[in-house]
Amino acid sequence: MTRSVNLAISGQAGQGIATVESLLTKALKRSGLNVFASREYMSRVRGGINSTAIRVSSQPVHAFEDRIDILIPLSDEAIPHLQHRMTNNTLVIGEKAFLSMDLLLSFISIEVPFTELAKEIGSILYSNIIALGVISSIFKVERQILHDLIEFTFLKKGDKVIQPNKSAINKGYEIGAELEDKYEILKKFYMNKNPEIKNDLILDGTESIALGAIAGGVQYECFYPMAPSTGIGTFLAQQASKFGLIVDMSEDEISVINKALGASYAGARSLVTTSGGGFSLMTEAISLAGMLELPIVVVVGQRPGPATGMPTRTTQEDLRLVLHAGAGFFPRIIFAPGCIEDSFYLTQKAFDLAQKYQVPVFILTDQYLVDSYYNLPFLNLDSLKNEKFIVKTDKDYQRFKFTKSGISPRGIPGYGEGLVAADSHTHTEAGMISEDPEIREKSVEKRLKKLKLIKDASIPPEFIGDANKIKYQIVSWGSTYYIIKEALDKINRSDIGFLHFSQVYPIHESTKDYLKKAKINIMVEQNPTGQFANLIENEIHIQIDKKILKYSGYTLSVEDIVAQITDAINGGN
Amino acid sequence: MSDNFDKDVKIHWCPGCGNYSALRIVKESLTELKFEPKDIVIVSGIGQAGKFPHFMTANFYNGLHGRYLSTALGVKAANPNLEVIAISGDGCTLSEGGNHFLHTIRYNPNITNLISNNSVYGLTKGQASPTSMLGFKTKVQTFGVINEPFNSPAVAISLNASFVARAFVGDIEETKNILKQAIQHKGYALIDMLSPCVSFNKVNTFKWYKENSYYLEDSHNPLDQSEAMKVALNLRKLALGVIYKNPSRPTYEENIQIYNSDSRPLFARDLDKNKLEKLVNTFR
Repeated sequence: MTRSVNLAISGQAGQGIATVESLLTKALKRSGLNVFASREYMSRVRGGINSTAIRVSSQPVHAFEDRIDILIPLSDEAIPHLQHRMTNNTLVIGEKAFLSMDLLLSFISIEVPFTELAKEIGSILYSNIIALGVISSIFKVERQILHDLIEFTFLKKGDKVIQPNKSAINKGYEIGAELEDKYEILKKFYMNKNPEIKNDLILDGTESIALGAIAGGVQYECFYPMAPSTGIGTFLAQQASKFGLIVDMSEDEISVINKALGASYAGARSLVTTSGGGFSLMTEAISLAGMLELPIVVVVGQRPGPATGMPTRTTQEDLRLVLHAGAGFFPRIIFAPGCIEDSFYLTQKAFDLAQKYQVPVFILTDQYLVDSYYNLPFLNLDSLKNEKFIVKTDKDYQRFKFTKSGISPRGIPGYGEGLVAADSHTHTEAGMISEDPEIREKSVEKRLKKLKLIKDASIPPEFIGDANKIKYQIVSWGSTYYIIKEALDKINRSDIGFLHFSQVYPIHESTKDYLKKAKINIMVEQNPTGQFANLIENEIHIQIDKKILKYSGYTLSVEDIVAQITDAINGGN
Repeated sequence: MSDNFDKDVKIHWCPGCGNYSALRIVKESLTELKFEPKDIVIVSGIGQAGKFPHFMTANFYNGLHGRYLSTALGVKAANPNLEVIAISGDGCTLSEGGNHFLHTIRYNPNITNLISNNSVYGLTKGQASPTSMLGFKTKVQTFGVINEPFNSPAVAISLNASFVARAFVGDIEETKNILKQAIQHKGYALIDMLSPCVSFNKVNTFKWYKENSYYLEDSHNPLDQSEAMKVALNLRKLALGVIYKNPSRPTYEENIQIYNSDSRPLFARDLDKNKLEKLVNTFR
């Protein structure tokens, strides 16, 4: 079972928590410790109360736990905000003003006057960096690692910024050493280090999806900023020159998708990144992609709705939206990455499938996935292959030729001797408006044939467990993968299996057999109605026996799952 | 002499529709400018004018109502070598697509935008359009239009559009001349193309347009934004010709950095795996 020390840093927006999180996770990793981090934050730029949770372990860690072992409060709201995750054993290191809470809560506290110490260095701004030094010292990170990171991070700002930050680190280490002499409890946080992981990658979901898009050959990314998907556009904009791609932040989501489809028509590998609300504006054009058979990859970051909802919180409630978006019937593919690695590989694959089948491919994410990160050894680029599906047209080219497979060879304007049509009406093979019932039937059948092909090529669900022993089976999709996996490790019963879907539509044909193996299938999803359970029921007519649903807007934790699965099983006997 | 762009199809427009002349004007202008159908992409929206590309020979993208300017911009961005002509009506462009109209002007892609303007909804049978005159009565606007007409040339000039013209399809040669200038202009070129609807607009007829328009004199300086605005704001007497030009604005494609060092269209490019590997390794 994974043993981790869970660290939380909490303060106001604008206090630099993200900087500390980024430096600390890198530093821990470079010292040979595994890290997992995820953050939760309010939808505001200054003030409020945010926190980041960092798990540190000798073994790989990939999921969020509620329990806090060490808390660094950076504001007086930190402890009230996080008290439900604290225990008698939680160690709080911080300013007196942030510790003396009038709460019926006991914890171990160590007072460190971070602000005073920071003033001595020159500005209260350095208090976070001193705290970073203290934590790094407690976890026995070599000081040089921090100095290197500081230098790298503030390279452009020069010595004026680098030197005091280094001093702040040094101060933190001094205090760390003093505390260790004084408090026996700090010794229990010591963990064995594994030099092999020093060179690991450390990526969050946003970065992994953006890298996956580059790996998939993205050439045109269009977006309008909206949490939790803005980061992908930002990342790609910063890489645009290097990789020869166009990133356009457009006037609205309707223009976003129509531009991306225009670019796709002209042969570009197009991507749009949005969230539930923004995606709602795109649905007419998604149906257009279905009619024009244009490849397009659409990343939809789910956030708790309806309407503006909770912009920076997490959910899995837009599966239905993405499944049904757009008028009329047309084939589509929906992925829901379960982890950081999936985010990369599935995004790359999404581009390939979009080109191959000339359909929209969706990637469903959520705030938990895009804002979580952990170390992993590598991304396999060797087997990457971006097949070219564009053909050079001849004089008699017909864009929508009826073929046996349903897929018409895809020509683009300006490549070859032919002309390329795209018509939003029901159209002939040449792309001319048609109201002929036979043409309509053949066109519908063409779309049905493509759906069949797509279905046959679906990614099967991943099964973990002993198929012959299971009585219960947890079923889930998307970003809850590792949370459930760790919870099941903790529960440690051979009669519980786990079936996880990273492709949620069309579902693989093996699904039926998998579900039949268990006596009781328990769906875990973060929406109020069990959208994926309903999808399964609709598609393969198997009723899911129980549902564990969370819809608070805050992620499921390992503890949540342990408790709820235990409940579900005990209630089910 | 427009045989290259001719297409042997039945045309769906009403007899006498202004779009017939518009079609001829477009086909002849492209032929006279020595374009081949395969160089051209006609992008259109929905409405009677939206059917335009079905009646001529070229690449085309007949997309959604109101969105054709976004589509055209995407096509042009992905392959600047294509000559993109965006055509749709006043309803599609200025009502459903108003936001895209504004912002496409700001981007300044090197495309030609023809608004086939008949001041009425044809496809949906006779409702008022955003350019219908105040008081124009229809089955829906039973007491007459109460909304101020959308003055697309004036709006375009206010946004410093790089080429703004008005034309009347009743004058084939003059309109061809304006269209050819628009196509050859580097940047977004708007033509507010007055095109009578013989079925639903009994006010703005061929005769009405003839009587209520005039050609700009040679003395008109299209480089002067204030003068151009004054001309455009006059909706009682409609100016025909090039009203405003700003040749100094860089085009959107010129502003897209990646084309500075490599002019290949996007489809002709490949992922550089070594660069990706390097990027991935920065996350260690």
